[in-house]
Amino acid sequence: MNRVEITEAATKIVNQLKEQHGDLIFHQSGGCCDGSAPMIFPKGDMYLDESDILLGEVAGVNFYMNKDQFEYWKHTHLTVDVTEGRGASFSLEIPLGLRFLIHSRLLTKEEDEIMNGIKS
Amino acid sequence: MSYSKPKFKEKYSNFINGKFVEPIGGQYFDNTSPIDNTLIAKYPRSQKEDVELALDAANAAKEAWGNTSATERATLLNKVADIIEANLEEFAVVETCDNGKPIRETLNADIPLCVDHWRYFAACIRTEEGSATELDQHTLSMNIKEPLGVVAQIIPWNFPLLMLSWKLPPALVTGNCVILKPAEQTPSTATLLMEKIADVFPPGVINIVHGFGPEAGKPLASSSRVDKVAFTGETTTGQLIMQYASKNLNPVTMELGGKSPNVFFNSVMDEDDAYLDKAIEGAVLFAFNAGEVCTCPSRMLVQEDIYDAFMARVVERTNAIIQESPYDVNTMLGAQASNDQYEKIKSYLEIGKEEGAKVLAGGEAATLDGDCANGFYIKPTILEGHNKMRVFQEEIFGPVVCVTKFKDEAEAIEIANDTLYGLGAGVWTRDAHQLYQIPRAIKAGRVWVNCYHAYPAHAPFGGYKKSGFGRENHVMMLNYYRQNKNMLISYDKNKLGFF
Repeated sequence: MNRVEITEAATKIVNQLKEQHGDLIFHQSGGCCDGSAPMIFPKGDMYLDESDILLGEVAGVNFYMNKDQFEYWKHTHLTVDVTEGRGASFSLEIPLGLRFLIHSRLLTKEEDEIMNGIKS
Repeated sequence: MSYSKPKFKEKYSNFINGKFVEPIGGQYFDNTSPIDNTLIAKYPRSQKEDVELALDAANAAKEAWGNTSATERATLLNKVADIIEANLEEFAVVETCDNGKPIRETLNADIPLCVDHWRYFAACIRTEEGSATELDQHTLSMNIKEPLGVVAQIIPWNFPLLMLSWKLPPALVTGNCVILKPAEQTPSTATLLMEKIADVFPPGVINIVHGFGPEAGKPLASSSRVDKVAFTGETTTGQLIMQYASKNLNPVTMELGGKSPNVFFNSVMDEDDAYLDKAIEGAVLFAFNAGEVCTCPSRMLVQEDIYDAFMARVVERTNAIIQESPYDVNTMLGAQASNDQYEKIKSYLEIGKEEGAKVLAGGEAATLDGDCANGFYIKPTILEGHNKMRVFQEEIFGPVVCVTKFKDEAEAIEIANDTLYGLGAGVWTRDAHQLYQIPRAIKAGRVWVNCYHAYPAHAPFGGYKKSGFGRENHVMMLNYYRQNKNMLISYDKNKLGFF
């Protein structure tokens, strides 16, 4: 199973952006105005290292999150979706009048055990 | 009393080199009001070439502007303050329309604070002096402050004109030319200001370029023709901007997110008096500006022996919040700034409930009648839970507070500091020991003691930890926009004797 999945509507937008910009990555942002949102950038634009955790791949795009933030998110399952909106970040979908957003649910006990090695 | 949606032109332009200019590519985007989801006007969807135009103008203007006297620059800042003040009501209604915040906040907080920040920085530059030190009998070290040159500023949508008024005055008064990109959700008051002050500064000194982050923001932040980037926003974009700036070895200042604790010790309930009333209001300030504040007191920590009694009062006060049309002067809580904010907040309310948080108030979207039926409204919400929940750790940026109990001072400090951020914090107590020691132990740049959400000029504001760095609203900010030229002068006629 995967920690992160993506809706059909969001997949379409990711594919559209790939045609325009080439290879991409998702990075889940932290707080403030346009934060707490998954942001999509051209691959190589954002400097990634061991402080970024790779959560999985959605629509052929790697999904990263900062390690500190992952500590609080690791018990949740994430789904990337898209909605109408206007963000002020550098995320590539913004000129389309759309924004990616995350829906979360708690991992079940079984999933938590597989993902995080937590025995209940 | 109630206001109504102001009149706008069909479309607006960038302000470059002292003139309003259309975007080169001829593209515009629709800016809507979150109050009723109706169109405000079209604004330029600028691209790299528009940013380049602004860079040309600013770079051409920087030498002459950098050589103006402090007197001259301060006089112009004061002029701007007078103009905003004379048109306060107009700015307030436009701001409310564009952002969705209640008119009583724009009339009484946002716009008056803007006026004061322009005046404060005009005063700063007139009262400061450089330094000269006689290192020895013949040697003088003299420090002269010089402008950096051209500054890029990228601001958010939560306090559109106020963020502009935090950023522009210290940069201008130190002799820099500026290219500022307002947030695309809220371009209106920056444009209105340029209409009112078009002739105040020499051409090229202030340039406003509208557009989207990836198309206009990125070329601005990564340009080798800027000398500094100042940003207020969220952490990932902050990291990207620092990365771009590092290529040019440019300095940056960052005001990023927060998840601010608001801590209530048991002594607040020693008496049922004016102070307790103030403390309850202090707890309910999470709903100020619809929670769209980097320092929103979004984590409430209440000592366990007063928890039930105190929370009963806080819930009562929260449920009394009037959420009606933002144009009505009695309205306390307005619209969220955009649809995606609204969707994000709703998604956090769901994850909060799923994680086991108990809803003490609100907990869902609000539906308003009449013109506001299509706007984006969330009920003021109190969630009870524990600090490891995601709703306690992530910035929701909505009228949502998460409340938990603590036993003693040690536990209060531990919970308060258990966050990635360190922007603001509140401490409420009648105990003289606590009101000094607890703020010192909290790792945040601003700790409000027996108050909250005050942002006066003359009190430095900025973050610890992942909330960024730099101190705005204060004379300290001047040096973030300047170089220090050290002139080391010898008054000795005799040679060293080495060669």
